[in-house]
Order: sequence, then structure tokens, then C-alpha cells
Amino acid sequence: MTVTDAAPAKITGIDPNVLVERSPRADDRPSREALFSVQDLTVRYGAVPALADVSLEIYRNYVTAFIGPSGCGKSTFIRCFNRMNDLIPSAVVEGTILYHGLDLYGHEVDPVEVRKRIGMVFQKPNPFPKTIFDNVAFGPRILSMDGPVEERVEKALREAALWDEVKDRLKASALSLSGGQQQRLCIARCLAVEPDVILMDEPASALDPISTTAIEDLMHRLKREYTIVIVTHNMQQAARVADMTAFFSVRVSEDGKQRTGVLIEYDETPTIFTKPNDKRTEDYVTGRFG
Amino acid sequence: MSAVPAILGRRSTGERVRGGAFYALLVFSISVGFLLLGTLLVDVFRKGVPFLDWVLLNNPPSASPEKAGARPAILGTIYMMGLLLLMAVPVGVGTALYLEEYADRERWYNRVLEINIQNLAAVPSIVYGILGLAFLVRGLGLGRVLLAGAMILTLLVLPIVIVSSREAIRAVPDSIRQGAYALGATQWQVISRQVLPAAIPGIATGSILALARAIGETAPLLLVGALTYVAIDPTILGQFTALPIQIFQWIARPQDDFKLLAAAGIIVLLAILLVMNAGAIWLRNRYQRRW
Repeated sequence: MTVTDAAPAKITGIDPNVLVERSPRADDRPSREALFSVQDLTVRYGAVPALADVSLEIYRNYVTAFIGPSGCGKSTFIRCFNRMNDLIPSAVVEGTILYHGLDLYGHEVDPVEVRKRIGMVFQKPNPFPKTIFDNVAFGPRILSMDGPVEERVEKALREAALWDEVKDRLKASALSLSGGQQQRLCIARCLAVEPDVILMDEPASALDPISTTAIEDLMHRLKREYTIVIVTHNMQQAARVADMTAFFSVRVSEDGKQRTGVLIEYDETPTIFTKPNDKRTEDYVTGRFG
Repeated sequence: MSAVPAILGRRSTGERVRGGAFYALLVFSISVGFLLLGTLLVDVFRKGVPFLDWVLLNNPPSASPEKAGARPAILGTIYMMGLLLLMAVPVGVGTALYLEEYADRERWYNRVLEINIQNLAAVPSIVYGILGLAFLVRGLGLGRVLLAGAMILTLLVLPIVIVSSREAIRAVPDSIRQGAYALGATQWQVISRQVLPAAIPGIATGSILALARAIGETAPLLLVGALTYVAIDPTILGQFTALPIQIFQWIARPQDDFKLLAAAGIIVLLAILLVMNAGAIWLRNRYQRRW
């Protein structure tokens, strides 16, 4: 698609200029290469499906956003990519997620190795109750990564745009940092193990606007080297940072008892926000969603 | 009354009386404990301090109060508490870790285990003594030795260590575990590098409680053969006595001087307990973390 047809005035709430500025242009984007290929993914907690029949592809060096109302399964979905749902005893994942062609849920796959390659940043900053240095060094240490840990820590903190703020107090407790700094520390901690993909589950929802901007700027820089998947309930944020956006919604069963997340539409971000194919997407992004 | 601005109004007299009465009840509750303990301490110190000397600490027991000491009993208690910590903390923390981090709650055997542990905490200590006599002293053929005493005290306080360790482990936020897992940590790495260090303050607190309970126990030790007259320093596999038993024995004597000696023994017992508590508190503060 081209940028020029991407700004009809009918959309309220989203500044079309934001989309024009940030939207991927065909000429400077690498050709799409599917890193993850999700096929008919269903996740159940016990007998209740939380998410049903999702199929989509996540492209390398793209920022992909999952948006949708509460309970639409977007957080459940993102946690499938690094097998975090394995930690919930009742969770059952059906279907396949191919990563570089390998089925992440295959019998021979060790979830611990998956998480080493596919990092995750959580909604609430969760630094370890240790020093700033030890937080970032944790990953390289447990994975016995070679080379001096100090270099890895500095590199990761620089990548996460936190180095200048903390370089003089690396031995201070990570809990002495502000919320926004803590979240960037968590990103640095994730970068220190040199992952391939970074999953972010509402990474800015607990932060103030300035910290949010810092995190978003960071995503723009990081996507040159990493593939980023982000869950957000903030549509402007998806519009600002994402190349691709998937809209999820809730399907309520006939008796009204089961609420299951389903994928409604997945496309390039400008398309989702300016001329979505599905009425439900349009209602949601224009703020008409019940 | 007229000074109260009408705009704010005023609670009914009944409400205020109830509030005051509740506060008075709280003050009464704390006074009961405080006064009792205070009386006990004052009495013990008044009687015991004159007898608190090197003779008490270094001499073996004797028939004459001037020469009588509690050295074997003091050493016996210290040895037993050391052995108790060595046995009760690893086993207790291990059990707590299994129940909190590994056990599948749905399984019947894990539920049986939980109920068992809760009930063990309520078993009278004399029953542990009988178990020790039957199983350790006779069954295993350990004999009436210090190790048997330490083992039976370990069993006695194990529920305390387990319950408090479980609470400490449960108090570690799940977000910490998730953060570590998300970096590719194995379950063992998550537990050994995040969960356990964060739980140490709570585990230390539980260990203090366990020690405090064990150090004053007399009944089970009598059953596994703590003697009231041991003249030589105890060894792990030798006959032994302990301070509470020595104190009990002194108090039972007719001579008044022995009663004063018993008070001095109580002071020593309190001092040992305080030193051990101080160690645990130091450990707790060192690892103290806020989330």
C-alpha cells in the first residue's frame, strides 16, 4: 500500500499524520520474511478456550501490535510465543507456531531454550530485588554466555537507552529506579541475552507519558536488530510504533458464559486504522466499540 | 460540645465509647503479656545474677551449690541447637520448596502431605519423645545419645520451619519468577537465584521461632535419655543433658541455693537464645528486600 491513500478524515481519535510519518514505506523495508507462522492456535484454560483458531505470520524486523478489548486473549496469545503459558498448569495450547520453520510446541523443543531466544517484557516492571548491574547480568550469568559480563551489561544498558542514567550507580538497588527506568532496565535485561525476538506485554501501560515515549522511541530503534511483538490497549501507541497490527475481539458463546478471544483482522497498521475491512475493527479503532 | 462546628457534625456517644473501649482492650492485652514477662524476668534476674559466674559456666554439676555448674548442660544445649539447625533448616526448606514450587496440588498424596504437616504441629511434644525412644534410641539402636535428642527436637520443630518457609516462598512475587523464566532460566535457576534469596528473611524468622521452641523443650529429651547428672562434656554420640533439664533438676532440689542457681541457669538459657536470635536477625536484615 502507499502512504497517500492512508489518511481519510473519517477516522477520529488517531492523528493521520502520525500514521503517515511512521508508516512503513515500501522502498526502505526489507522484503517480508515470516519469522513466526501461527496456524490454528487455540489456548484453553481448563475446558474454557481463551483464544480460538488464530492464524497469522509475524515478520522479521517488524513491530507487530496486538490490540483489542480486555479479555480478547491478546496477552494469552503473546505468551504462546515464548511458552510462558506452560507455567500455568491448566493451560493447553493446540495448533502450531512455527519459528524459523520449527514447531515451538514440538515434543523435542525445550521451553527453556525457547525463552532464551524469545525474550519478554511484562506489563508491570518486574526488576529483580538486586542491584541494577545484577539485574542485567542475570541472563548472561545463568546462560554462561562467554566474554566479560561487564561489557554485556554496558552494551545492553546502552541499547535500552538507560546507560547514561545509571552508569554511576550500577551497584544501587534496581528498585530505587523510577517506574520508567525500571521498565527500560527490564528491556536491557532482556537484550543482554541477545534474543531474536522481544515480546512486550503492555510494556507502557503502567508508565507516565514521558516514559511511554521513551519506550516507544526505543522500539523504533530496536526493530532494526530485533523483531518486536507488542500487546497494547492503547490504540495510539499501536499506530505510532507498529508496522503490522492484529485486532482481536471477544466472541461470546450463545449462553453468554464463555468468552473466547478471536482474531478479527490482521494487516498493515495504516490499513487497520484508516480503512479496515471488518466493521468490528472500524468500530473499535474509531472508539465506537461497546 | 458547642465548640464543634455544626457543619462537621459529631459521632454518637455510643460510637465514641466503643472506640475507646476497644483501645482500652488492646492496652489491657499488651499489658498482660508485658507484666507477666517483666515479673518473670525481674524475679529471675534478682535471684540468679549473684550466681551467674564462671563456676556456673565451667563446672560440672555437683552436690554442693557453691561448686555446682552447668557446663555439660550448656554445651549439650548448644550442640543440640547447632545440630537442630543443620537438620531442620535444610529438610524444612526443602519440603517447603517442594510443596510450593513443584507439588501438583491436585494430587492426593500432596494433599495428604500438607494435612499431615499441619497436624504434626499440634502433636504434644511428649509423643515425639515416645517416638524418639521407640524409633531412634531402640529401633535404630542409636542409644541415649545427644544426636537422638537433636533428631527428635528436629522432628518437633520441623512443622514450624516448613510452614514459615512456605509462607516466605509464597510471598516472593510471581512476577520475579516470570521475569527469570522469560530470560531462559531453568526451574532450578529460578529457585536458587531468585526465590530462595528473596525468601531468606522469612526463613530466618521461622528458624528463630523453631529454635526458641526447641531450646526450652524438656519432656521429649527426658524420654530419649537426657540425664540429669552428666559430669563430662557431651559428645554427639555420647550421653548428654540439656539446660532445661538441668534447671528443672535444680529447682526440684530442697536446698534454696539450688533454686537460685536455677535462676542463673535460666539467664544463661535466655542468653543463648538471644545470641542465636541475633544471628538470625542479622541474616534477615542482610537479605531484607522490599518489592
